[in-house]
Parts: sequence; C-alpha cells; structure tokens
Amino acid sequence: MHENTITPVVRLNDVAYQYPQGESLRFADLEVPPGQHTLILGDSGSGKTTLLHILSGLLKPGDGTVQVDGQQLYGLPARKLDAFRGQRIGLIFQEAHLVKSLTIKENLQIAQGFAGAKINNDRINEVLSLLNLVDKANNYPSKLSRGQLQRAAIARAVINRPAILVADEPTASLDDRNTSSVLELLLTQAEEHHATLIVATHDKRVKTRIAHAYQMGIKQ
Amino acid sequence: MNILQIAWKSMRQNPATSVLGILLTAFGTGILCVLLLTSRQIEEQLDNNSRGIDLVVGAKGSPIQLILSSIYHMDNPTGNISLREAQTLAANPMVKLAVPLSLGDNYKGHRIVGTDSTFLQLYNLALAEGRIWQRDFEAVIGAEVARKHGLSVGDKIYGAHGLSSEGHTHSEHPYTITGIFEPVHNVADRLILANLASVWRMHGDNDDDHDHEHGEDDHDLSGVEEHEHHHGEQHDHDHSHEEPQLVKSIMGDIGTGEREITSMLIQYRNPAAIGMFPRLVNQSTAMQAASPAIESARLFALLGIGIDSLQVLAYVIMLMAALSVFISLYNALKSRKYDLAIMRTLGASQGKLFGIVIAEGILLTFVGAILGIVIGHVALYLISASTGGATTLLETLVLLPQEAWLVLIGVSIGFVSAIIPAIKAYKTSISQTLSGN
Repeated sequence: MHENTITPVVRLNDVAYQYPQGESLRFADLEVPPGQHTLILGDSGSGKTTLLHILSGLLKPGDGTVQVDGQQLYGLPARKLDAFRGQRIGLIFQEAHLVKSLTIKENLQIAQGFAGAKINNDRINEVLSLLNLVDKANNYPSKLSRGQLQRAAIARAVINRPAILVADEPTASLDDRNTSSVLELLLTQAEEHHATLIVATHDKRVKTRIAHAYQMGIKQ
Repeated sequence: MNILQIAWKSMRQNPATSVLGILLTAFGTGILCVLLLTSRQIEEQLDNNSRGIDLVVGAKGSPIQLILSSIYHMDNPTGNISLREAQTLAANPMVKLAVPLSLGDNYKGHRIVGTDSTFLQLYNLALAEGRIWQRDFEAVIGAEVARKHGLSVGDKIYGAHGLSSEGHTHSEHPYTITGIFEPVHNVADRLILANLASVWRMHGDNDDDHDHEHGEDDHDLSGVEEHEHHHGEQHDHDHSHEEPQLVKSIMGDIGTGEREITSMLIQYRNPAAIGMFPRLVNQSTAMQAASPAIESARLFALLGIGIDSLQVLAYVIMLMAALSVFISLYNALKSRKYDLAIMRTLGASQGKLFGIVIAEGILLTFVGAILGIVIGHVALYLISASTGGATTLLETLVLLPQEAWLVLIGVSIGFVSAIIPAIKAYKTSISQTLSGN
C-alpha cells in the first residue's frame, strides 16, 4: 500500500551559507506544501534575504540541498537554472525595480522572453487587467505612482504562472492601509495563479494574514 | 523583445551620452567616407582622363606640369614645340595616334583647345547636337560647359587669354558654337574644341590666305585622318602642304617662321614602344616625353600625403568615439545594475546580459557609422556644388562596396568599447546587487 504524500513545493535540507566576510549561517530545514503560504520571520540581519536568494536560485549555498517544485535547483546547469527561475519562481522586492527604459507591457514581455516563453500579449492583458493596470500598459515606470509600481512588479512576478511567489519585505516602508492592500494583493494573486507565497518580513502586521511561519535561527 | 530592442530602448534612456557617441562615430566615419569617395573620384578621373594616352610630348620642363596642362587642363603648359618636329614624330611607325593640342585661351575657366578630330577619336566623343567645326572660329563644346553656362548651338563666345577668365578677352574673334558633345565624364566635358588654325589666328596668325587656301578640311579633319592612317607619303604631302604657310607661335613667339603647337598626345601602335619611344623623344629631339601613367601615379602619391593626414585625424576621432562609447556604457552600468540584476531574476542568463551591453555598444556605433556615411555623401555633394563640380545628387548617392568596411569598422569599435562593460555586466552578482551590497 502506497502512502499518500504530497511533494512539498519548497524543501530545504541542511542548507548552510558562508558570507565572503567569513560569517556563516546554517538554516533550519524547511518543507512547504503547495498552497501553504509561509512567512520567513526574523530580525534585520538574521539572513532572511539570504535564505530567499538561496531558495530562488540566486545564491548557491555552501552546503545542503534546495528543491523547488520538485527540482533540485543547484544540480541544474547555470542556464537551465536561470530559465527555471524565470518560469517557476516569481520574485517581488521592497522596491518595484522595473526596468526604467521599458514600458510596463515591455517589462512583462521581457519576463516572458527571458523565461523562454513566447510573448503572449493576451496573457499580459489578462494580468494587467487583474491588477487594474490596463491603462498603464504603455507607460514608463517613471509615470506610475508607488502603488501602481508595486502592482506592476506583482504582475511581472505572476506573468509566467510560477510555482512559488517569493516576496522580500514587501511592506517594509508602507503604512497600515497600504500594508493591508499589498498583502491582500499578494494573497489574491497567489490564489489566482495557484502559487505558494513565501514572504520574508520582520513586519508584525503581516503575521495576522499568513498563519504558517518559519523563524530564522530556530531549528524547526 | 529581443536583445537589440532592449539595447535600443536602453540607449534612448540616456540620450545625451548616446548622442555624443553617435556623433563622434558619425564625424569620424564621415571624414573617412569623404576621403574614400574623393580619392576614388580623383583616381577615376586620373584614369578616365588619361585612358588611351600612352605618352605626352611637349616642351622640356616639368613632366608633371606637361601632364597637368595637356591631359587634365589644370596648369600652364611647359612651352611650345615645333609643329614640324611633332609631325615627324607622329609619322613614326610606333605611333598609332597622335593628337595635336594648341592651348592658350579659355572661356570662363574652360580651356579652348585647338586640335583636330583625332581628339574626338581619343576621347570617344560623340555629338549630342549640332556638328563638328568646319572652319576657323567654330567650336564644339563639352556637355559640362553647355550645362554650366547654358550655351547652345549658334551661341557666340569670346575667349580670354590664359587659364583664367580674367585674362585679356579676344573680342575681335568670337567662336561660334556649332555642336555640343555627349557627356563622357572626363575632362573633355569641360573643354571647348576648335581647329588648330583658330588658335593660331587668335594669337596673331593674320595670314588671310590660310583659310582660302586650305578650305575647311585642311584645318581640321583631313589632317587628323592623315596623322592617324597615312604615315607614309600622304603624311609628307600634308606637311609640305602646310609648311609654306606664314608660321607664327601661339604663345607669343610670332614671326619665327615656324608653326608651333603646345603638345601632342600619343597612342602607341604596340607595347614595344613603351620602352623605346620616350627615350627616342628625350634623347634625339628638343622635346620632352612624359608618361601619364608614371606622372599620374606620382601626382596621386603627392595627393596621398594630404589624404593620409586627414585619415589620421579621422582615426583619432574614431578613437574618441570608442572612448565615449566605453565611458557612457561603463557609467550607465552603475545606474543600470538593478535593471541587470532584475533581468537575471526574470531568467536572463549571464550571456544574455553580456549580449545586451555588447548590442548597445554596437548599435551606438552602427547608427553613428550610417549617419557618418550619409554626412560623407552630403558633404561631398556640397563640396562639389560649391566648387562648381559636375557631381550630381544622384551620383553622390551611389554607395561604394568599401563603405561597408566603414560600417564594419564602426561596429567593431562599438564591440571593442563594450567588451569591458559587458564583462562587468556578465559578472554582476544578482544577490549582492539586490541586497544593496
């Protein structure tokens, strides 16, 4: 008889990282089942961003294994890892970091292109519509408000229907009202695109919306 | 969006530095383009004008001056030679064609050349309208002379002494234009041709019998035919027919008792003459033989010194363009490091970032090189128009295959300038950049 198990969308085993300055971090193991939105909690400097970069395939750990959506990330050749990241991992930062020389629509087009997908303008319109940005499609980032930029960054993160949405301190400099609306947006979009949301934050306001948490520095 | 589109958009993001790089490349390429086109035109003109002429025989002096005055019609002649001596030389079996030239006057800067119809044969001249001269003071003009001065058949023109239109005007003897040649795109387009006797008479040969005794052909076409085809008895007959005339110099040496011409253009019957005939002229006559091939090569080599200096200037400008492109790309990296890191998070490989920066450098210099070629052609047209040249707008639009090399040089400069910034982009650490370290 087979045991009915669900493959976790994120799995970290014995992961350790040593900074160039010499300081080293060993992370507690982590397993996130699909759809279980998870917070990465910890104080500033505790290594939350480092952990997010490791599980996004941006920073190779010195030790341990990282599996995302069933794929051992650091067993992949560099180019395949880049393509995998583009296809299956959506990244959102505290700042929107849209490419300034491109319009909002073009920012979404390069997200499709770099991930190796064909440019799909219908999909772009669909996502922009969900995020109420259709009329801003041909605007450059410099013409958008901060809230619109944040929504555009989320649109770019979900455009390729990623398995996980990774957000690094998305509410750090926002007031309560905006924090609530950004969280609402992230959760809605994650549900909409069947993605698992992983949010690194030291913002206590976020804890009320996402139940599962991974505490930095504590072995789970 | 492909790499080129992203690079193009990025270029537009920094218009000031991009425009500087483009303009510097354009100026460098423009100068090289003008040099390329002008040296080709000069070479072509030198070649076109001296095609079919194996030797020029004239008075002793500078061989380059003899070539310049007799083929390119750009300088004063070295002096005169005896017609009798020239005819003896023309009768030599090594000579296929001998074209006599008598120079001395001009019409608004265009040489009036006394000659015979061998000239038409040498330059493959065909009439566009009218007829060849049949008597003294009738002239046929080149296509450029007609176009530039709006002259047509039946018009009368007055020659002025010397090479400049400011010389003494011969108001007593107007030339009547009887024909206009088809354009041949060489010096003949800018000349006015008449028979030898017209030039002699203009400069003091007042032998009124001359016209009556010789009739039309004696002054012109028959003489030619005989120079060319009848080196034997018939030639001698012509000489004896002309020699008794009252002979006067066309260059002011009136009354010495011998007719003179300025020079003679020679076409050999066979290549064996190349080594022998010039020596024969230089050693056994009072005349000088100058080879257009040798003197034109010397002339082009002299011009080449100036062209080389300008080329160095153009390369210095291109080097500045390379530096400008390098600095603009390198500086832009600082402000674009987040853009590049974000592209990596979206799935762009390191190679793709390298490609984007290289494409930007290439695009900058490619646009500059194309603009430079346009500037070069327009400049050439403007130079030609301001100096009264015959180059038409259409001719300046013709692209040379070598211009592709200019674009390639520009693109290579862009590539080389972008390598270091591209390597820096390639090595960008996404994690460090996004963490703000």
